Amino acid sequence: MFVSTKTKDATRFTKETYLYWYELMLLLRRFEEKAGQLYGMQKIRGFCHLYIGQEAIAAGCMTATRPEDPFITAYRDHGLAIAKGISAKSCMAELFGKATGCSKGKGGSMHFFGHKERFFGGHGIVGGQIGPGAGLAFAEQYKGTDNVSLTFFGDGAARQGVIHETFNLAMLWKLPVVFICENNYYAMGTSVERTSNVIDIYKLADGYEMPGDSVDGMSPEAVHESVARAVKRAREGGGPTLLEIKTYRYKGHSMSDPAKYRTKEEVEEYKERDPIDYTLGKLQNEFQVSEEEIEKINERVKHEVEEAVQFAEESPFPDASELLKDIYVQKDYPFIMD
Amino acid sequence: MASRVIQFREALREAMVEEMRRDDRVFLMGEEVAEYNGAYKVSQGMLEEFGSKRVIDTPISELGFSGIAVGAAQNGLRPIVEYMTWNFAVLSLDQILNTASKLLAMSGGQVGCPIVFRGPNGSAGQLGAQHSTAFENLYANIPGLKVISVSNPYDAKGLLKSAIRDDDPVVFMESEVMYGEKGEVPEGEYLIPIGKADVKRPGTDITLVSFNKMMKVALGAAEELAKEGISAEVIDLRTIRPLDWMTVLESVKKTNRLVIVEEQWPFGSISSELAYRIQKEAFDYLDAPVRRITSADAPMHYAPTLVAAYLPDIARTVNLVKESMYLNK
Repeated sequence: MFVSTKTKDATRFTKETYLYWYELMLLLRRFEEKAGQLYGMQKIRGFCHLYIGQEAIAAGCMTATRPEDPFITAYRDHGLAIAKGISAKSCMAELFGKATGCSKGKGGSMHFFGHKERFFGGHGIVGGQIGPGAGLAFAEQYKGTDNVSLTFFGDGAARQGVIHETFNLAMLWKLPVVFICENNYYAMGTSVERTSNVIDIYKLADGYEMPGDSVDGMSPEAVHESVARAVKRAREGGGPTLLEIKTYRYKGHSMSDPAKYRTKEEVEEYKERDPIDYTLGKLQNEFQVSEEEIEKINERVKHEVEEAVQFAEESPFPDASELLKDIYVQKDYPFIMD
Repeated sequence: MASRVIQFREALREAMVEEMRRDDRVFLMGEEVAEYNGAYKVSQGMLEEFGSKRVIDTPISELGFSGIAVGAAQNGLRPIVEYMTWNFAVLSLDQILNTASKLLAMSGGQVGCPIVFRGPNGSAGQLGAQHSTAFENLYANIPGLKVISVSNPYDAKGLLKSAIRDDDPVVFMESEVMYGEKGEVPEGEYLIPIGKADVKRPGTDITLVSFNKMMKVALGAAEELAKEGISAEVIDLRTIRPLDWMTVLESVKKTNRLVIVEEQWPFGSISSELAYRIQKEAFDYLDAPVRRITSADAPMHYAPTLVAAYLPDIARTVNLVKESMYLNK
């Protein structure tokens, strides 16, 4: 995102980087809090999976990549979509199912897309995006660019068979892809320990001689460093990497999940390490950013979310005539009508 | 246009080669397509012409390489994915059904998936239960896909070229037992539009509809019937989705009778759909119920007697036509 994320000595990140991280993570947090609230009011329907707690991953990935690098993820997609540059307005409108949404109200919470922003969804089948994520990389390699695909999935998807086929092929063809497992410890209600003998998901890379690493997902710095390393290797033709980024979702799996499978203490423990609080502290204590300046950012974020809600509220639902549009590129496809 | 006689596999190869010369975004991926020159030699010589960047051998990972091809299609390329048989493609159904067919809709029209999934389909002799399923109806059920199933080299080439140029995901079905068959194919370039059936044999007494290798049964039955003075019009659907029922309707208006011959299992088959359409659109034209012969409502067994009992054949088709014409005592 920035020309330079690092200070001259290359060991520390610049103030601008922390400011960017803070504002982005706060936006994602506030957007999701609002989405949760609106879900309770039944303004948002369907399945809805919030990103709260996982913001540092989006933040670190954004500063470690370029706008042309394609992203693809699963259904917990709001955070990455907004980070990638899809407006909060069109994301909120999508949650409302409005025609102005980022997928024209046809996708909903799980299927955010932004072709212009190089955000390729928003996929609802656990692990279903992993192959296509390597395919985005295949296309970049084929076209001769040095773009890198960031392919996100959860710890649940790490137990799907497709991951093995995709890892094997990505290594075989040295595809420029970074596989990012956002390990929030629970595949819906099933903890990682209950899904495999191999609890360290990054070790799955070993079977394919792929570099793999475990990363602190509550630290935007750590995310940035590890993703930047993996992206650099991919850009230079070194092939894929698996990063297991350990994070935590503060809320349930989806809006309908009270998360009774974990203790309050566990949740509180992670909240102590909240990446937004951490970044704020960094800004105030190390960079002497004033209360005023922070307040300005907070206001800006608050305004952006309010504006998004208003935009979503005021936007129209798609017309019924949209029903058979966007199914085929062919304009005169003869649908069966009865 | 001058023409020559070539094999089915050569017609398919010419389609791919011509389209790959025309558009460098097109590539071929699949098991044994490159160094082995194709499990059925469809892609013979293509590695030599296009190199390993565009003719790509894969390990036996149908789900994995289909996913990669779908992602590549999302990101500006136009893949051709070859399956050694559509029976193996079932492993990649998640990518075809859950991703490829739905991308454009889910993204509100932003992200399409121009891709061709192709390979042999249906039974091919005594291959047992797991190598013998005909899948046209399964894929034709899926909005967002187009489904083509061809019966001869001429149609195969013209339709495969159209499929490769199409901006939507296309399922393209061939047959192991037809790859060596020969037919006339023009020297120069031609395209056959997707979604158009073809009257292969004109007739007046009854309409016979079929596709893929069951066309041989339909045409064979027509030949037999002609000996008895019955004139059957034989229609090759060629494209299953979208289904060109108008061509069938026009024929039925003339013959007033319809028999469908297909290799699908009976439940929810192409004949089910076509029978619904024709009873609705041509109710007043029909002089007999629409009839059909499908494969048996069972997995295909190995023994030759059971294969014969499983598949539609000429004798049963002739008999059914006669029933439909109330000629059987």
